[in-house]
Amino acid sequence: MNTTTLSVQTTPAARHRWGATAWLPLLVLVALALAGFLLQGYPADLVVKIMVLAIFALSLQLLVGMTGLVSLGHAAYFGVGAYVAVLASGEAGGNLFVLLALSMGAAALYALAVGALSLRTRGVYFIMVTLAFAQMAYFIFHDTSLGGGSDGIYLNVRPAAGPLDMENRSVVYYVVLAALAFTYGLLALIQRSRFGAALAGIRVNEQRMRAAGFSTYGYKLAAFVIAGALAGLAGFLVAARDGFVNPEMLSWHISGEVLLMVILGGMGHLRGAVLGAVAFTLLKEVLATQAFVGPLANHWQLTLGLAIILFVALLPKGLIGLAQRRKEKQ
Amino acid sequence: MSGLMQVHGLTRRFGGLVAVNDVSLELNVGEVHAVIGTNGAGKSTLINMLSGEIAPSQGRILLAGADITQRPQARRALDGIGRSYQRTTIFPEFTARENCRLAAQAASPRPWAFWQTAQACQRSGDAADAALEATGLSTLSARVAGTLSHGAKRQLEVAMCLATQPRVLLLDEPLAGMGAEETERMLTLLERLKPRHAVLLVEHDMDAVFRIAERITVMVNGSVIASGNPHAIRHDPQVRSAYLGEEELA
Repeated sequence: MNTTTLSVQTTPAARHRWGATAWLPLLVLVALALAGFLLQGYPADLVVKIMVLAIFALSLQLLVGMTGLVSLGHAAYFGVGAYVAVLASGEAGGNLFVLLALSMGAAALYALAVGALSLRTRGVYFIMVTLAFAQMAYFIFHDTSLGGGSDGIYLNVRPAAGPLDMENRSVVYYVVLAALAFTYGLLALIQRSRFGAALAGIRVNEQRMRAAGFSTYGYKLAAFVIAGALAGLAGFLVAARDGFVNPEMLSWHISGEVLLMVILGGMGHLRGAVLGAVAFTLLKEVLATQAFVGPLANHWQLTLGLAIILFVALLPKGLIGLAQRRKEKQ
Repeated sequence: MSGLMQVHGLTRRFGGLVAVNDVSLELNVGEVHAVIGTNGAGKSTLINMLSGEIAPSQGRILLAGADITQRPQARRALDGIGRSYQRTTIFPEFTARENCRLAAQAASPRPWAFWQTAQACQRSGDAADAALEATGLSTLSARVAGTLSHGAKRQLEVAMCLATQPRVLLLDEPLAGMGAEETERMLTLLERLKPRHAVLLVEHDMDAVFRIAERITVMVNGSVIASGNPHAIRHDPQVRSAYLGEEELA
């Protein structure tokens, strides 16, 4: 029997991920590392922006695509991470790694509290509860003086650790790239681990998972907390890059945008999240630029909305589905 | 020896409706205990209480002498209670083997070991292969479960139960929607499982029930009206009236 050789292949999708194109993420990583030397100004800023959003989208992919939990409040952990980075920095700034740990820890803690309650609901109720908690966090920062109110708050000095000084733009580039590699690598490992297999099982059929003996609540909560911490990482990077945070980071628009990135790129695939972040950011960038679309640039929300409707209608499996379709034809 | 699983005075009310009323029964290793009754007799509610999906309003459930009435479903599954559902409940996107492997993984979860691949888990892989072997699905192990025939899916669900190495099997209409040949295959499988498992079988196929069960419990409107060996049940006047005409019973 050839069951042992077949055993490595769980699903056609898994075969795709770990088959012929497993080197692709590494290639992209090397390309991005090299590009760091060449890029300057606007292109470099754009790449950094996309990488940060890719981390954010990847963190949500763990919930939406890997566990089947559609959260519409993911901006809360992103914002909490960013605010903690600023609030925990002293007059003279703070240590990069200490602040990073604090940001991710705070986001994880908030995710633990929200997850513990919201995971008792399911379906559309879960979506609403996560949204409600995110709005709560938004209004705490918006309406109290805790973080400078609706104006937001500035960092006096950006975080640094020895030569890793976030005042330096190329340091920002490589720190963000390292964070992206870390996030992608961690989630790729999780996806193939027993934990990841259990999350996939929960996504497909939670009832069967419980009947088999899995305490699914604990698994979902763990995924929720990890996703929160990684969103906090993305938030920290935004704060350290911009030296500024405001409550809009926690608004439901941002939660919606990151969800769109995941859907646009393709649910369930790490590459999909990255692709979605790239596509969404570029679309937004192009559609809001006079040079490309003329006076329509002032109405970029409208054109972006139409573009996304078009994308989702034509590519129900997201951009990653396009790549897979091409592969199948070969 | 007293039964592996003992149920005492189990009752479940949904508002004013008494779905299961004071049901007591016993499951023994080496026996198929069939529960029959019309639709709405409370059979599925009974299974759901035994597997821990819903809490009983009253009564006690003992497994090997230990009171498990308050234990959550996942804990009961690990304690050795496997179940199948009336509606096939599998992972359609995964291969047949991954269906079984994932079920078996519950016994060796190690969720924190994120650096180890799930496929490297020897124990769950072996349990999956054994379960597929036992149910005669080995040749279909690489097939995506959603593409299997109805009968094979039902068998796979039993295989997934077996992969968790249960002592008690709660099977909710495993023969539903099956053709003659598939029914035959499932009954042969149940015969083979009998010696090492205590089986509770909810089933509408009376021929199958009378052929395979050592003990039959008849439920009507949530209550047990008769319980005994197939011969006694066949000749029980109350059972006959319940099945022949509802008005006589009322």
